[in-house]
Amino acid sequence: MSTAAWAWLVLAFPLAGMLIVAFGFRVVWGRGAGWIATGAILLSFGASIGALISLQQHAPAHRQIVSTLYHYASTVGVNADMSILVDPLSVFMILVVSGVSTLIHLYSVSYMESDRGYARYFAYLNFFVFAMLLLVLAGNFLLLTVGWAFVGAASYMLISFWYRRSTATRAGIYAFVINVVGDVGMVLGTYFIFKHTHTLDLLGSFHAASGGAFGHATNNGDLVAGCVMLLVAAFAKSAQLPLHTWLPDAMEGPTPVSSLIHAATMVTAGVYLIARTHTLFELAPSAQDVGAIVGVATLVVAGTIALAQPDIKRVIAYSTMSQIGYMIMGVSVGAYAAGMFHLMTHAFFKALLFMGAGSLIGAMAGEQSLDRMGGLRRALPFTFAAFVIGGLALSGIPPFSGFFSKDEILLVTGERGGWHWALYVLGYIGALLTAIYTFRMIFRAFFGEPVEEARKLEAGVVPHAHPANPATGEPEDTGVGFPGPTHAIAERALPMRVAMWLLALGAIGAGLIQIPKVDFVIDDFLRPSFGNSSLYATHTKNGLLTVGLVLGTVIGLVGIAIAYFAWVVRPGTATVVRERVPALYRLLANKWYFDAALERVVVAPMVALGRLARGDIERVFVDEALVGGTSAIVRAGSAAVRAAQSGFVRYYAALLILGVAGVSFYFLLQT
Amino acid sequence: MTIAWYLAVSAIVFTLGAIGVITRRNPLVVLLCLELMLNGGNLALVAFSRMWGDGDGQILAIVVLTVAACEVCIGLGLVVAIYRRRLPIDVDEMRELHG
Repeated sequence: MSTAAWAWLVLAFPLAGMLIVAFGFRVVWGRGAGWIATGAILLSFGASIGALISLQQHAPAHRQIVSTLYHYASTVGVNADMSILVDPLSVFMILVVSGVSTLIHLYSVSYMESDRGYARYFAYLNFFVFAMLLLVLAGNFLLLTVGWAFVGAASYMLISFWYRRSTATRAGIYAFVINVVGDVGMVLGTYFIFKHTHTLDLLGSFHAASGGAFGHATNNGDLVAGCVMLLVAAFAKSAQLPLHTWLPDAMEGPTPVSSLIHAATMVTAGVYLIARTHTLFELAPSAQDVGAIVGVATLVVAGTIALAQPDIKRVIAYSTMSQIGYMIMGVSVGAYAAGMFHLMTHAFFKALLFMGAGSLIGAMAGEQSLDRMGGLRRALPFTFAAFVIGGLALSGIPPFSGFFSKDEILLVTGERGGWHWALYVLGYIGALLTAIYTFRMIFRAFFGEPVEEARKLEAGVVPHAHPANPATGEPEDTGVGFPGPTHAIAERALPMRVAMWLLALGAIGAGLIQIPKVDFVIDDFLRPSFGNSSLYATHTKNGLLTVGLVLGTVIGLVGIAIAYFAWVVRPGTATVVRERVPALYRLLANKWYFDAALERVVVAPMVALGRLARGDIERVFVDEALVGGTSAIVRAGSAAVRAAQSGFVRYYAALLILGVAGVSFYFLLQT
Repeated sequence: MTIAWYLAVSAIVFTLGAIGVITRRNPLVVLLCLELMLNGGNLALVAFSRMWGDGDGQILAIVVLTVAACEVCIGLGLVVAIYRRRLPIDVDEMRELHG
């Protein structure tokens, strides 16, 4: 089978799975919906491997394959085709997306078991995977935008999955609105690019751009504007400053959703977008600098916020933001292969951490606050192991996967020289923060005095609290629209354990795919996609490489040591620090006041404008003057006509005769 | 005799009928006055028919007579119906269709 046929199959399986689960929910019993959905994604993963094998059989120069299913519309200058682009970059992405999705589907089969919306959940989840695969396979800007909007919609539906929880629906709307800001950026960016290249086709527009469609100097005004608009889209989707505030709120969704959409796949779409359009970005270095600076700012800011969050899922969410900051920085300074490599390893260990968090929350009967957890190490040995593996990979301890990928991003950043050194230093500060907050979470949840739930679990009793909203404490029932009555724990559910084991293997071993100076699998694999890049995979300076590897290890270990000291050796340390510098604590606990600032700068003026429009423009001008005026004229006119309808026959007869007489006299006088 | 005399009589009959329709309140009398108006018109038609020396006007007058007969049928039927329901026999009292 041809490469393109495999790629179309990759898209077809999740779509078919969604349709079967969505329309067959009355027929499919028990866990059937979950197994069908998982099977669909597994087939899609198989097709991705088929695409990989078949792509590698082409010569490197011919590894960019465009396949068009049909022409949707061909009008003056705009060709909207249903076309996909299969090249190493998109194959890399479909492998990561479908592979991780398969495991998360498998995990969900058990995790969502008692939920009343079981089939609906899997229909949404399959739709998401379809949309994400469409996004990464899209061969033109139009289809890319469609996939971009679809994943936003899927994210909205899954965040608001427990639709009777008001906090969840609000978080879903919030995420959707901010994602739409990104969609607008995407469309405007496409417009700026289309204006000069006259084609929506991805490869065509890259070719036109490198052929001088934007002039031969770099930083053409329209190109920079277009790339910055694409960056806005990337920032909104990937939760970068200042459009990041939706991601922590998105943790209202079920935990596997956080794992799949808000950690492993959708939020990395921004990284993919920048890597995909690298030809344009390299012609607009100013836009690249914007991306790099925002990325590094996000990684530091999110890392500090994660230090002070009590909610375990939010800690991991801020950690995701921070890690995506590395990737965005990486692909913005030309570390494309390293950025994609980190995207893959991050997908493994972050999905693993979220799965661990799901199991932990199950064990705590829905409780998410770290303040209520403690000493769960013996009660949840498997979950603990998963957390430690994920945490070590996240902190960048060798030989876990995060070590290789993160250090490679920072290495390439350092090699750019000049002001990129500032990014290099901030990146390592971020790495220190990463290790501290990760192990703060682990030490607080698993060490210390066992809490009541931990003791019950050790005695073999799974605790079931009264169902309540973990954020507000509102009482809930367990019907449709709320979480189900029982909680899943990895220790007691085989599918969850299998999924976590496989991800743990990835988190441990995926880094070995590309060891500096030993092998260059990812560099070589992705090279055909970045053939025209001047920044791609330059030779590394040996000195800096050694410094980076040692520095990364030392910083990771120091961070873990700090966390160990502050939360295990002397558990009161954090409180002491908090009382010493209350201003710093308030800054972090309030998330650097980004929410308040957004509220002040965007929401409040919009609300005021809305109130003005509703109160003065709508009510006074539209309602009273326009609508009221029209109806007043009609009413006055009809009152006059109605007065003539007296009902007296004689009166009508007199009017008739008078009228006829009048007309007759008129004509008589005419002659 | 010139045609003016005929037309004068016709006009007088028509005007008398019209005045009757407007001023009288008894539906029976209103119907009678309507007949006067129609016949005033008929007189004019027949007079013109004589003037031109052909039968067109007379045919039209017969058509008018037929229509008048039908109209009287319905009108009298209505009057009888009103009487049977013991409503006041007065056109001014029957004004339920006013706006």
